[in-house]
Amino acid sequence: MPKLTIDGIETEAEAGSSVLQACEALGIEIPRFCYHERLSVAGNCRMCLVEMERSPKPVASCAMPVAEGMVIHTDTETVKKARNGVMEFLLINHPLDCPICDQGGECDLQDQAVSYGKDSSRYHEHKRAVKDKYMGPLVKTIMTRCIHCTRCVRFATEVAGVPELGLLGRGEGAEISTYLEKALASELSGNVIDLCPVGALTSKPYAYHARSWELRKTESVDAMDAVGAAIRIDVRGNEVMRVMPRLNDDVNEEWLSDRSRFACDGLRRQRLDKPYVRGADGKLSPASWDDALAVVAAKLGGLDGSKIAAVAGDQCDAESMFALKSLMAGLGSTNLDCRQDGAALDGNGARAGYVFNSGFAGIEEADALLIVGSNPRLEAPVVNARIRKRWLQGELPVGVIGQQTDLTYDYDYLGAGPQTLGEIAAGKHAFAKILKNAKRPMIIVGMGALARSDGAAVLATARKVAEDTGVVGKDWNGFNILHMASARVGGLDLGFVPGKGGRDVAGIIDGADKGEIEAVWLLAADEIDMNRLGKAFVIYQGHHGDFGAHRADVILPGAAYTEKSGTWVNSEGRVQRGQRAIFPPGEAKEDWAIVRALSGVMNKALPFDSVDALRDQMAKAHPVFATLDDLVPAEWGAFGDGGKATLGEGAFAPAIGNFYMTCPISRASQTMAECTTVFVNGGKEATGTDG
Amino acid sequence: MLADKDRIFTNLYGLHDWGLEGARARGDWDGTKEILAKGRDGIIDEMKASGLRGRGGAGFPTGLKWSFMPKESDGRPHYLIVNADEGEPGTCKDRDIIRHDPHKLIEGCLVAGFAMGAETAYIYIRGEFHHEANILEAAIQQARDAGLLGKDACGSGWRFDVHVHRGAGAYICGEETALIESLEGKKGQPRLKPPFPAASGLYGCPSTVNNVESIAVAPTIMRRGASWFAGLGRENNTGTKLFCISGHVNKPCNVEEEMSIPLKELIEKHAGGVRGGWENLMAVIPGGSSVPCLPSSICNDVLMDFDSLKEARSGLGTAAVIVMDKSTDIVRAITRLAQFYKHESCGQCTPCREGTGWMWRIMERMATGEANIEEIDMLEEVSRQIEGHTICALGDAAAWPIQGLIRHFRPELERRILDRHLGAAAE
Repeated sequence: MPKLTIDGIETEAEAGSSVLQACEALGIEIPRFCYHERLSVAGNCRMCLVEMERSPKPVASCAMPVAEGMVIHTDTETVKKARNGVMEFLLINHPLDCPICDQGGECDLQDQAVSYGKDSSRYHEHKRAVKDKYMGPLVKTIMTRCIHCTRCVRFATEVAGVPELGLLGRGEGAEISTYLEKALASELSGNVIDLCPVGALTSKPYAYHARSWELRKTESVDAMDAVGAAIRIDVRGNEVMRVMPRLNDDVNEEWLSDRSRFACDGLRRQRLDKPYVRGADGKLSPASWDDALAVVAAKLGGLDGSKIAAVAGDQCDAESMFALKSLMAGLGSTNLDCRQDGAALDGNGARAGYVFNSGFAGIEEADALLIVGSNPRLEAPVVNARIRKRWLQGELPVGVIGQQTDLTYDYDYLGAGPQTLGEIAAGKHAFAKILKNAKRPMIIVGMGALARSDGAAVLATARKVAEDTGVVGKDWNGFNILHMASARVGGLDLGFVPGKGGRDVAGIIDGADKGEIEAVWLLAADEIDMNRLGKAFVIYQGHHGDFGAHRADVILPGAAYTEKSGTWVNSEGRVQRGQRAIFPPGEAKEDWAIVRALSGVMNKALPFDSVDALRDQMAKAHPVFATLDDLVPAEWGAFGDGGKATLGEGAFAPAIGNFYMTCPISRASQTMAECTTVFVNGGKEATGTDG
Repeated sequence: MLADKDRIFTNLYGLHDWGLEGARARGDWDGTKEILAKGRDGIIDEMKASGLRGRGGAGFPTGLKWSFMPKESDGRPHYLIVNADEGEPGTCKDRDIIRHDPHKLIEGCLVAGFAMGAETAYIYIRGEFHHEANILEAAIQQARDAGLLGKDACGSGWRFDVHVHRGAGAYICGEETALIESLEGKKGQPRLKPPFPAASGLYGCPSTVNNVESIAVAPTIMRRGASWFAGLGRENNTGTKLFCISGHVNKPCNVEEEMSIPLKELIEKHAGGVRGGWENLMAVIPGGSSVPCLPSSICNDVLMDFDSLKEARSGLGTAAVIVMDKSTDIVRAITRLAQFYKHESCGQCTPCREGTGWMWRIMERMATGEANIEEIDMLEEVSRQIEGHTICALGDAAAWPIQGLIRHFRPELERRILDRHLGAAAE
C-alpha cells in the first residue's frame, strides 16, 4: 500500500484508490459535486482540487490515484482560492432560486456555498437560462439550475443501463438532455433525483409539497417488493410525503426502485379507515370495531375448523401472519397459505429451497448466471442493477430461460420454457458446461417459473441443475429464488402454508367455490380470483379498498407497511424490522392487534398482549426471527417433491405485467397510474375523450 | 538565417511534385530500412540527442515522449496518433506539410511508429482540410503500392500501416486526449490524466500523440544525425521550425527557419516587414492565438524559441506569428479570441465552461468601454481562476491572451473606460 502525506499526516492508502478517498479516510472533508463512490470518475466539477507537491497545478483529488511518497495539501491558500473560484463559476449562472427550490435545505451547492462562496456576486452579465427537459412523470427538471456534474448521465448509462440521458452541445451551451424528449425508461430513474447535487432534477410528484426541514424522518424497510431495501420515510403531519433510499451495501447499496419510491401517494387514497359489515341489503356499511368483531366471531365460532381458511397477502408483516396462524390453529384450521400466486415453494422443506442463498451481494462474486423464468429488471430492479454491475466487470456469461426482454445486459437466450431447463439438467445443453466450468455459478429462479402447474417439477429440475453443476458447493450456494412479495419468505419461515390435511390457495378457492370452505380470512390478500370465492363468508383485513375489500363481508381496517412496526424477511432470507412512520388512518389498527382482539372476543385469547411478547414467541417458534439484519446462511437440505412431477410445456409467463401496479398501494397511486400510461401503454398522451 | 542546405521542408511551397517520385527526388524514403535497423532504442536515443521539442505547442521533448511507450507489449497493440487537427488560429504549417510534402509525414510515421512498437498509425486530420486529406490518402496509397508501408514496410520486416481519420471541426479535438476520444467515435472531450496516453490511450492501449511537424522532421533527423539538428538554434531550443506569419505584414507566409531567430528578423526577412514599417508595429502574438501578445517594445529583440518567449511571459506555441500594426483595435482583437475560446470550450469542466463566457462578456464591454476600471483587475482575477484549474489546456489558452492584453495594454483599456464615462458625463 502506497504511503503518502496529507496535510502533514503520514498515511497509507490502498493502491488504486484516489487521493480524495485517502483524505476521507483521515477525516479530511473534500468538497465535491461530480464525484460519487458508485459512479465512474468524471473529474469535471473541479471542486475537489488539492495541492500536490511537484505538480505546478492543483490536481483533482477524485481522479488522482494515490502514489508512493505523494505529498498532498488540502488546507493551503492556493487550494482555498481554487475552490472559491470554482464555486464562483458554479454560481454565476445558477439561478439562486433556493427559496422556491425543492432541493433547498438538502442541496450540496447550497451547503458548499456556505464554506466556499462569496456573500455577493461580481457577475454582472445576463445569466444563462436553459429550457427544461421532459424526463417522464417522475423526474421534474429545472435545467437552469444544472451544474453539469453528469452524475445523472453516468447513473443512467452505468447503473441503470439505459441510453436516454446525455450531455448535448458544448461549452456554455452544454445541456443534460434525454436527446429526443423521451421519458427516462428505467425502473430506477428516481435515483437521479437523489444523485443530483442541485435542484435540477427533483421529484415530480413531490414538487412544491413540502420543505425538507418540515419532514419527520423514519428509517425503515421497504415492503413494496421482496428486496427489502433500506428506506427513509419522510412524513409531515400524518402524511407520507416521500420515500427515499438509505445505504445498505448488502441489499440495495443506495438505490431504490421507482415503485418503492413513488407509490407512496397511494397510501393516501382508497384507504379503509373504519370497519365495515355487509348488511342484509348486500351493501357494506360502516360499523364499530365491537360490532364488526362480533360478526366475525359469531361466524367463525359456529364453523368447524376445516371450513375456515386464511390467505396472507404479499405485503404482510410476520407479526400479523404469526398471530393469524395462531388464531387459525386455535380454530382448528390448517387451511393456510401465503402463496397467493400458487408458487411451488416448499414451506415445509429446507429454507435453502426458497431463499436467495448467495445474498444479493453474492451476485458480485458469481462467474456464470442462469436466469429461469424471471425478469429481474421488473421483479427486483435493484437486484438487476447488481447483476449489471457484475456483468460490466466482464466475464459473466448470462443465460436466460423465459421471457426475452431487455435486461440492460447481454445474455444468451436459451429458450422459453421448462424443456430448455430440462435439457440443461440432462447435461445436453451447452449452458450446462458453462455452469459446470464456472467457479461460482448462479441460478436465479423467478416466480414465472414456479407459479404454474408444473412449478414443483421446475423447482426440482432447477435443484438438479444446481447440484449437478456446482451451483451448490461447500462454501458457495448460488441457488437463488427471486421473490416479488415482501411477505413471502416470512410467511414460509412461519409455516403459513397448509398444515396436515390443509388446503393450499388453489384448494381454498376451489373449496370456497364448491361451498366446502365457508369462511375465508384474507389478510391483505388481493391477488386471488375473488369471483371464485362462491358463497363463502369473506373477512378482509387490510388497508386498501381493493379487490379483497370489494368481495368482503366484513372489513377490518389494518395498517400499511409505513404505519406499523413490523418484521419482513426479504428474498435473501434477511430478517429486517420496519418502523412506524405514521399512524394508520381513522380507526384502522395494527394488524397483529386486530387478530389478537378478535381472539379475545372469541374467548380464545392468544397468549400475547404486546408486540414484544408476540415477537418473543415468534422467535421461539421460528428461530430465524431471532437474528435481525444479518444474513444467516440456510442449510442445503430436502425440499420440493423430490422430482416426482414432470415438466410441462409452454413458455414461462412474465410474473409481472405492469411493474408500476402490483399491489393495492401502487394501484391506488396516481403517480403509478401516470407511469403506466407513459411506460406501459406506450406513452400515448391522454386526449379529451379518454376516460 | 537558415541555409538552404539545412532545410527539411524543401517543397513547402508546392513548387515540385508532392507524390512519391518527387519526394524520393528530395531524399525522402532514402535508407528508411537502415534507419529502422538502428532499433527502437537507437532511434529514440537519436531523437533525444537531437533535442527536438514537440511542434504542436507545448514543446515537450519528442524523444522522451516516445520513450514513455512500454518497451514490451503486454498483449495490447501500440498506436501512433498524428495530430493533424490544426485548428489554432493563425497556424497553417501542418496543412502545407500535408499538402506539399505528405511523404515526409508518412515516412515519419513509420520511423516513429517503429520506435514505439506501433504497427498502426492514425492521422487525425482536421475536417476542413478536405483537399489535404485526399492528398494524404493518395500518398499513403503510393507508399503502400511501393511496399513502403504494409506487411514488410520498406523491407524492414516491420508491419506498418497508416490510416487517415477526418475530424468534424471542433477545436478541442486537437487536444490529445479529446482527439483520442473523437478517434474512438465519442464526443471530443478531454480525458483526465493520469492515466496518460502512453499507459492507456486509444481503445485503452498505449498510444502517443504527436504533431505533424514533429513526426515529419524525424526521418531527416535520423538521416542527417542528431548533432546536425542540435547544431541549429540555441541549446534546448534546437533545430529548424516552420513559422506561419500572418496579419499586418506585407507578405504573409509560411517559412522554415532556424529556431531562436529574432522575431524582428523573421518578420523583416521573410514577411516583407510590418505594414507601414517596424515603427508601425503595435503587438505580436508569437505562437498562435492562445499565447499572450507582446508589445512592440518586447518584439524588438525577443528570440523566437521556447525559452526566450517564456521569459517574455508568452510562448512559442505553434509558432504562428500574428502581427498587428497600430491600426489594430487590440481590445476588439482579443475579444474576438475570447469569443473563439468560449465557442470552443467543450463544456465538461466548470472553470472553462463558465469562465470563458464570463471573460468574453466582460471583454465585449471592455471593447466599448462599458465597464468600470475595477473590472480590469476582476477580469485578470477571473482569468487566473480558470488557468491551471481545468482538465485540459483550453482553459489556459482562453486565459492567456486576456492576461497578455491586461499586462501590456492596460492603459488602452482604462482609456476606453474613461472616455466612455467622460462622454456620458458630457452628454
